[in-house]
Amino acid sequence: MNRRNFLRNTGFVAAGSLFVPAFMKPLEAMALDELSLYKNLVVVQLSGGNDGLNTVVPFGNDIYYQKRKSIAIKPEEVIKLNDMQGLNPNMAALQEIYDQGWMTIINDVGYPNPDRSHFRSMDIWQTGSDSNQFLSTGWIGRYLDSNCQTCKFPYTAIEVDDSLSLAMKGQTKKGIALKDPAALFRNTNDPFFKAMLQNDKEHLDEDNLGYLYKTMIETSSSASYIQNTSKIYQSKSTYPTSGFANQLKTVSKFISSGLKTRVYYVSLSGFDTHVNQIGQQGNLLKQYSEGMAAFLKDLKSNNKLEDTLVITFSEFGRRVEQNASNGTDHGTANNMFVFGGKLKKQGIFNAAPNLSDLDTGDLKYQLDFRQVYGTILDKWLDVNNADILNKKFNTLDFI
Amino acid sequence: MSAKDNFLKVKHLYHRAGFGISYADLQKLSKKNLAKVVDNLLKDSQKNDPINLVNDYESKRQLLVQAGLYSKKDLNDEEKKMRQQIVREQNEVSRDLNIAFINKMINTDAPLREKMTLFWHGHFACRSNNPFFAQQLNNIQRTNALGSFKTLLIEVSKSPAMLQYLNNQQNRKGKPNENFARELMELFTLGRGNYTEQDIKESARSFTGWMYDKDGSFIFRQNLHDSGTKTFFGKIGNFEGENIIDIILEKPETSQFIARKVYKFFVNDNPNETHVKELAAHFYNSKYDIASMMKKMFTSDWFYSPENVGTKIKSPAEFLVGLSREFYVTYNKPQVLIQLQSSLGQYLFNPPNVAGWPGGQSWIDSSSLMLRMRIPSLVLNDGEIDFSGKADPEDEAVIALSRTATTNANANMKPKSYVNANADWPKFLNTLPKGLTPLELTEFLLQPKLNAKITTMVSDNKGLRSTAVEITSMPEYQLC
Repeated sequence: MNRRNFLRNTGFVAAGSLFVPAFMKPLEAMALDELSLYKNLVVVQLSGGNDGLNTVVPFGNDIYYQKRKSIAIKPEEVIKLNDMQGLNPNMAALQEIYDQGWMTIINDVGYPNPDRSHFRSMDIWQTGSDSNQFLSTGWIGRYLDSNCQTCKFPYTAIEVDDSLSLAMKGQTKKGIALKDPAALFRNTNDPFFKAMLQNDKEHLDEDNLGYLYKTMIETSSSASYIQNTSKIYQSKSTYPTSGFANQLKTVSKFISSGLKTRVYYVSLSGFDTHVNQIGQQGNLLKQYSEGMAAFLKDLKSNNKLEDTLVITFSEFGRRVEQNASNGTDHGTANNMFVFGGKLKKQGIFNAAPNLSDLDTGDLKYQLDFRQVYGTILDKWLDVNNADILNKKFNTLDFI
Repeated sequence: MSAKDNFLKVKHLYHRAGFGISYADLQKLSKKNLAKVVDNLLKDSQKNDPINLVNDYESKRQLLVQAGLYSKKDLNDEEKKMRQQIVREQNEVSRDLNIAFINKMINTDAPLREKMTLFWHGHFACRSNNPFFAQQLNNIQRTNALGSFKTLLIEVSKSPAMLQYLNNQQNRKGKPNENFARELMELFTLGRGNYTEQDIKESARSFTGWMYDKDGSFIFRQNLHDSGTKTFFGKIGNFEGENIIDIILEKPETSQFIARKVYKFFVNDNPNETHVKELAAHFYNSKYDIASMMKKMFTSDWFYSPENVGTKIKSPAEFLVGLSREFYVTYNKPQVLIQLQSSLGQYLFNPPNVAGWPGGQSWIDSSSLMLRMRIPSLVLNDGEIDFSGKADPEDEAVIALSRTATTNANANMKPKSYVNANADWPKFLNTLPKGLTPLELTEFLLQPKLNAKITTMVSDNKGLRSTAVEITSMPEYQLC
């Protein structure tokens, strides 16, 4: 079957935009829904517990220097954002982004009774649960479950990875994980796989077996749609060489080719810096910043930055006081980054961490992470946050 | 009952109560009547063969060294090295322990005991960085897998792994920590909604002083125990931990909660409440005798009714163990088993949280299903792996220690690796009767009923070997 027939047969509404990158088309040729509906959210997870205090450095606070004798970033090295806080020097690539007004820093995001275990805290962030509550679905998964106007496709949420995070798993619907659309397309076009799908309809009503077949069919149609929509798109931008930058490049390809996906998920690993933090974290922050800057500029050049919102989180911050191995141990509240072309409050969103009022050596949180999620659900993904988060959270004014 | 009928029932029993059955054994067993087969299964599983991978003496020595280092304020380089060395060793042994558990399930001739151990492994879900603690808890679950639930519950509650994981180590007179008391009721016994916050507070006081010592043995610290009067479920007394457990077991809700969970694990994701009640009443009246409950279940007609046959999604452990057992697979690089577990979402000894793995349809998403359908050809034909699981959050520290590891963890394309496993095809083919057709083999390998499509697919008479690889790659093979 040729591609044109395939598209006709599968009922994907192409709106004439399937084969031409968005930036090459006059606006009036674009369907209305593509202008308004396709706001994208990109979630970036920093795994291991990124040390927020050496990321957004409170250089204006003496306590920071007292508590971090050997690993504090010197004031002259900090990329100053105001007279209190500035960025780690390895994040120079983001200075321009910040100056353009495409970046918001939210200080001290956390939750009550914080858990200091990696896996439990990551669980809490991915499910959006209270710290004494165990949910088996993720917050983006429950957004998919809500079956709203904007999340009806099987490829509504894509994770650029080999396996799917809990954040992306709902009760009835789940996101799709893929590192490379061409590879998934090849796998779903394997003759054996295709033969399995030549199925008698009888399966589709059976409970678990039906669910397996439904998953296969959705995987197959998503793989075709993603591959066919994105394969002709060629990015003109250059990206640094790193796995992380590659993931973002894939996301940009999807966004810029007009994929009707709402949520993308990527992660960067290695932030558990108990020992010799400076080099390790610096190296990761550099990868993060250079990849992110390239990604945002790429979106800008494709007129997609206004339709895109990027958030970055880590499962917890680190203790205010360094440890004896030139590293830091597990802590609590942490900063989050928000990027986009349509931020309401640019720059630093709220007060810098108070280092003189700690909870047994850890930062107290100012904002619950679910207020950040809730804001995005309400204002960006157009769903009622209480339906997804199981109770209503007050929204914030960053978008 | 026809012979064919019995054949299918025994096959179903062994898929649910164990990890499958060889054709030869199935032929032998299905000549007996079903009640006898169930008795046999229970008798075979009386054998208890604990895992003795982690050396008791060496672990105690390490624990004492760790305790010594922990009490020091500043460590010199020598001491730091020693501490890191211990952590490195523990991580390595933890991986070996995981593989030992998988191998035990693959090779056991007490399948019900191991299957039950896997059930308790998810029910009393726990993580411990200390492989000795983890092994001990796993053996507690194995030894009591089919015994008294009360004994099992008390031993789990006194195990250092659980005392540490649920912070009972920090639960002391005047400064109670309620974590253990809460999970004991919410997840281990009564279930949510069958107790009050007050019950949690009062029972937490009763467990004060339940701790483990520097060398990792249980100790009741009288001086940290709150011996005052507590009110628990309306009863008043100077309760201790054991009294609390007794009162919890007096409540039928506990037998219902456990019976429902057992039903969901062994019978169907959607519990039939009539059957659950029946099972729970039996469990309660037998004073929480687990073997008796299992026998009741395996001899009930409903256990074999069509809606309960070939309709459960195998957990990743059931899938990997079943496949390896079926084809006598040897893993020359056992590490691959860990990679497969974590990519499929069930890394044993590392549950997502104390609630265990949610199971059912949550095992399956597009990537995990695609991978499951490819694993049989990877394992049985030593194929190349082109996927990578995510790093476990607990491995982040290890990743952060080296630039190479960080680069690898974040690499888009991993170096190619092979499963490097061998199936023993001659042995497998030898278990099959002479003249078995591909279609008959298919009927044997799959639990769901065959449909026209599969029948057509396998009727083109490939050899048995390629039929087997093809069948195990089907979505139907994900069910049991």
